[in-house]
Amino acid sequence: MSMDRRQFLKIAGISSILGFGASVANATHPIWVKGLDPSQVEPNKEALTAKRWAMVVDMSKFKTDEDFKKTIDACHLTHNVPDFRNPDGSVDTKNEIKWIWKTAYENAFPGQPNRFMDEHIKEMPFLVLCNHCDNPPCVRVCPTKATFKLSNGITMQDMHRCIGCRFCMAGCPYGARSFNWVDPRKAIKPEAENKEYPTRTKGVVEKCTFCTERLQIGKMPACVEAAPKGGLIFGDIEDPNSEVRKVVSTKLTIRRKSELGTGPAIYYLIGGSDHA
Amino acid sequence: MKLYDGGKIIIGLLIFVGIATFPFYYNIGKVNAKPEPKVDTPAIQEWEKQYGKKECVESKEFMKTEHMQLINLWRDSVVRDMNRQYISTSNHKKFNMSLQNGCMQCHSNKKKFCDECHNYMAVKPFCWDCHIQPKEKEENKS
Repeated sequence: MSMDRRQFLKIAGISSILGFGASVANATHPIWVKGLDPSQVEPNKEALTAKRWAMVVDMSKFKTDEDFKKTIDACHLTHNVPDFRNPDGSVDTKNEIKWIWKTAYENAFPGQPNRFMDEHIKEMPFLVLCNHCDNPPCVRVCPTKATFKLSNGITMQDMHRCIGCRFCMAGCPYGARSFNWVDPRKAIKPEAENKEYPTRTKGVVEKCTFCTERLQIGKMPACVEAAPKGGLIFGDIEDPNSEVRKVVSTKLTIRRKSELGTGPAIYYLIGGSDHA
Repeated sequence: MKLYDGGKIIIGLLIFVGIATFPFYYNIGKVNAKPEPKVDTPAIQEWEKQYGKKECVESKEFMKTEHMQLINLWRDSVVRDMNRQYISTSNHKKFNMSLQNGCMQCHSNKKKFCDECHNYMAVKPFCWDCHIQPKEKEENKS
């Protein structure tokens, strides 16, 4: 039997299609094609829900370094956030991972330069975290949809999808995102690990998640629980009866760089109850 | 037919066949143990006592072949849709969709459960780069 090149290629092509087709069809369970049926999954009954989660930071309640430290530590221990240190014990700012941290007024609110402003406020450290924006630049620039908006307004991330391109870090005007340059487990003490929460791996970007995982089991965010009483007010800003809504609608609060149009959901109450 | 340099070619072929088949005759007589994942952790025994049988979130056969896809789908459902409960199609019980707080609560024997087959098949899933694996006691018993 003789065949020319054209015939040979045709037969080879058809047989490889048949061969592959058969093996794929054989190995495929419907779950690989259809996924989970919505009837197979449901949220926890005790989960806290909201139309739009938001937070008020009442700066008058944060008086001492200890107040800040307690709040920050609660978050970082809950989420296995590494604590990179230089040999001399100071913070290793290159590798540092921050979910919630304190910063100076001029860095938190660079658009509010009053020449003769209250010295106390000017010198005060501010508690800053991811603003869970209405219109987050990080989500817009993420090429893999690793970071995205949840229906309750939280800017969430899927660490499995993050490719570490750091576009989101360039996009975020608040510096709320940190990149894992090295394996974070090197800077987490094994005995301090929260066994109910994962760590991250080298090469992904991470940030505050508004404790999505705690809200889903009916708990308030870790920072809110640890902060001085009334220091962090967390709730549904779309609910007219919620405490955050009441504070925001009756007192003067400011948001970080709101002029950029990102719609941050963290409101700062500067004067606090003493002055308002 | 004349084979030029026949001697050299045949010696060369013999050496090639010898090297190529080396792994096979090197392993002759060695027992190649089949993987036998263990499902005898305290949590599973407790379950058996309570419900009268061992059962996972789906049937054993399904889990053997499709668990990787199931936990991938769980991840999307948890992270993106905020679901936490999985309702089994085989026994209609509810399970926490979580690797650390779900799967590994029963299968606390990662070495004898996960690694047993994964090592045999030479697959290296990177679950444990981030997820914290259960602390296992040193194997001295058996």
